[in-house]
Amino acid sequence: MSKFSLNDEDVVVVVGSGAGGGTMAHELTRRGHKVVLFEAGERQSLASFSQNPGAAFAQLTWLEPRTQSGTWDPVKSSPTMPAWHCRTVGGTTVHWTAATPRLRAYEMKARTTYGDVPGASLADWPIEHAELKRWYRVAEKRMGVTRRNGNPGMPASNNFKVMYNGARRLGYKRVHTNFLAINSRARDDRGFCIQQGFCVQGCKTGAKWSTLYTEIQRAEATGKLDLRSASLVTRIEHDSAGRATGVVYRDAEGREQRQKARFICVAGNAIETARLLLLSESGRFAHGLANSSDQVGRNYCHQLTGFVWGVFDKPVSMWRGAVLAGVVEDENVFNPKRGFVGGYHLELCALDLPTLPLVGLRYGWGRDFASIIDNYRNMAGLLINGEDMPRPGNRITLSKTVKDPHGLPVAHVNCDEHPNDIKLRAHAQNQGRRIYEAVGAQRTLFSETPPATHQMGTARMSADPAQGVTDAHGRCHDVPNLFISDGSVHTTAGAANPTLTIVSLVLRQADYISREIAANRL
Amino acid sequence: MAADDLAVDRRKFVQGVTGVLGGVLGALSPLASLVPSRAWAVEMRALSNAQGAALLAMIHTIAPHDGLDQAAYALVAGALYKDAAASPEAAQQLTAGIASLGADFAQAAEPERVRRLKTIETAAFFQSVRLKTVLVLYSNPIAWAHFGYQGEAFSKGGYLLRGFNDLKWLPEVALAASGPMPV
Ligand SMILES: Cc1cc2nc3c(=O)[nH]c(=O)nc-3n(C[C@H](O)[C@H](O)[C@H](O)COP(=O)(O)OP(=O)(O)OC[C@H]3O[C@@H](n4cnc5c(N)ncnc54)[C@H](O)[C@@H]3O)c2cc1C
Ligand code: SF4
Repeated sequence: MSKFSLNDEDVVVVVGSGAGGGTMAHELTRRGHKVVLFEAGERQSLASFSQNPGAAFAQLTWLEPRTQSGTWDPVKSSPTMPAWHCRTVGGTTVHWTAATPRLRAYEMKARTTYGDVPGASLADWPIEHAELKRWYRVAEKRMGVTRRNGNPGMPASNNFKVMYNGARRLGYKRVHTNFLAINSRARDDRGFCIQQGFCVQGCKTGAKWSTLYTEIQRAEATGKLDLRSASLVTRIEHDSAGRATGVVYRDAEGREQRQKARFICVAGNAIETARLLLLSESGRFAHGLANSSDQVGRNYCHQLTGFVWGVFDKPVSMWRGAVLAGVVEDENVFNPKRGFVGGYHLELCALDLPTLPLVGLRYGWGRDFASIIDNYRNMAGLLINGEDMPRPGNRITLSKTVKDPHGLPVAHVNCDEHPNDIKLRAHAQNQGRRIYEAVGAQRTLFSETPPATHQMGTARMSADPAQGVTDAHGRCHDVPNLFISDGSVHTTAGAANPTLTIVSLVLRQADYISREIAANRL
Repeated sequence: MAADDLAVDRRKFVQGVTGVLGGVLGALSPLASLVPSRAWAVEMRALSNAQGAALLAMIHTIAPHDGLDQAAYALVAGALYKDAAASPEAAQQLTAGIASLGADFAQAAEPERVRRLKTIETAAFFQSVRLKTVLVLYSNPIAWAHFGYQGEAFSKGGYLLRGFNDLKWLPEVALAASGPMPV
């Protein structure tokens, strides 16, 4: 692997090696640029992924505690863990379940479509849907998304048969085995999915797209990548003209180092991206780097989630098969007659033991609680994924009470539910219940809101520099050689799981960057 | 680890309360291969038999699964005991907590045990025993075999040819809404 000098002012620094950063590293290196890719976590491999759910969680997850406040469930049910994402090479694409739906046109015009929703900071995306669609096609090819580009859909699992039949009986039409960045047949030098259902523990066959063994491996093959794992970037520095000059980081031995850079792309997953900008405050940027708009950390969106379980009198064995291989898309529409704006997906889902009672069921104990687990093999499950309202006060700040092992404040997350969020969730839960009742569920159950797995909005794109942190290419309004390359730039959340959009925007951003370089503007 | 993959010997290998906590899983028992480590068979020297029995009864009341082998419950007690051995505060919480269950907790009928636990439900002791129960009781192969959970299948080639689509009590899914088998 290449090693570039700390003083090499010609390298590009990419912070974070997940969906955004791993893809950006590949895009830049394959165009011949030298990249230093920083990743706070360690590197694992197909062979080292643990097949014990608890051990896999400990191996891959960002475990440092955070603080939080606000009215949403995790403040009470998981006080030190508002969000669930990885800290490992490949980022959360090691954990993810690979559902890759597209945003819909109405969602990218949320302010125009939904109107003025009191208490929500809705805005229209500064990009047209038609343009994003071009990049969706490129990303879907790259990631091998099922049901697109001639890739077959996934075969139906037991869990999906239950969802499908229930949804069809309710009259839903757009019900299928989901768009997944999982090989339904061998392609891209990787094998096909063997339906083993441990997608979240790290896919040991590599059938699931993860930057760990796709983008990052290809970037390494160019000879232009210097991957520094176990290295946490703690600050972005700038010169007197306000241009970023490099980063301060802790190397794998814990020593503080400085890496110079020509330009910087930050993709730390929206909470950490905002934290890093806030940690990089300076005389010139007193409230955090690139934050003259005061929008860094605000408008934090996480999408509305929650499980619905159907308990039957016959076996389902929901744990067998790719976790998210099923979706009902019909409610991903603008239909204010339902009493709320925004839409949602119902996605197939299963949880293992002990994760089901840990995060998938409401608090309980005793005979009733035990009877649910007694019926584990007869359970079918789905996960709600809905659009949440951005709010200025839903916000990442620096914790006043808790510090990380380097003495830096951890992220504080404030999250208050909007009335629209509460109505959307109730509707989705009820539809999930009806799906299972339509095929004879003896009982249906809802969960609390688990920690957030989708983070967005904390450095959002805006046409007007006063309204957001970056322009329509993720380039910071205040710092011309600083780019945001993850879900932080999403102007609103939509109901689509965010990663396909993150990757598409990064492909588009890399294309823009190379044109800017060619034109001597970067 | 599927119930159908293993002929689980249902013989009672745990005799009585003293046996549970100081008990040894016979090395030749088929269940021995299911237990992640022998740590469950701890001798809880710091606790009397009565205390150990009360703790075990509490764990059982939190998660009453008829027919689930006592060894699975003993794993939870063992994990709590390990925490107590590592930290004086945890030990103090454990002994004080067991005392708060009242006299003859283990001998009390289930409704009475539930009633008593409800009175201490908000206490740190109850919450830590509940969390440990959920964490440990449902994450060991004895429990997985009991509930029919088969766990990881990578080592066996996944569920593709081992029943991921064997449900027969509902109509099949249209091919247009799904996809072909890859093999
Ligand atoms: C269980 C689970 C299932 C999911 N399923 C889906 C799904 O089906 N579909 C979907 O679209 N999305 C899914 N997601 C979300 C998806 O994983 C994320 O949207 C995506 O990975 C985000 O990409 P990212 O590049 O922003 O961050 P990540 O992929 O999380 O990568 C960020 C990386 O940056 C590193 N980092 C952060 N700060 C620093 C720093 N200062 N210095 C150095 N390194 C740093 C982190 O350690 C991390 O490895 C899921 C998430 C989880 C947890
Ligand atoms: S179900 Fe498929 S995608 Fe998921 S871990 Fe198994 S092989 Fe990988």
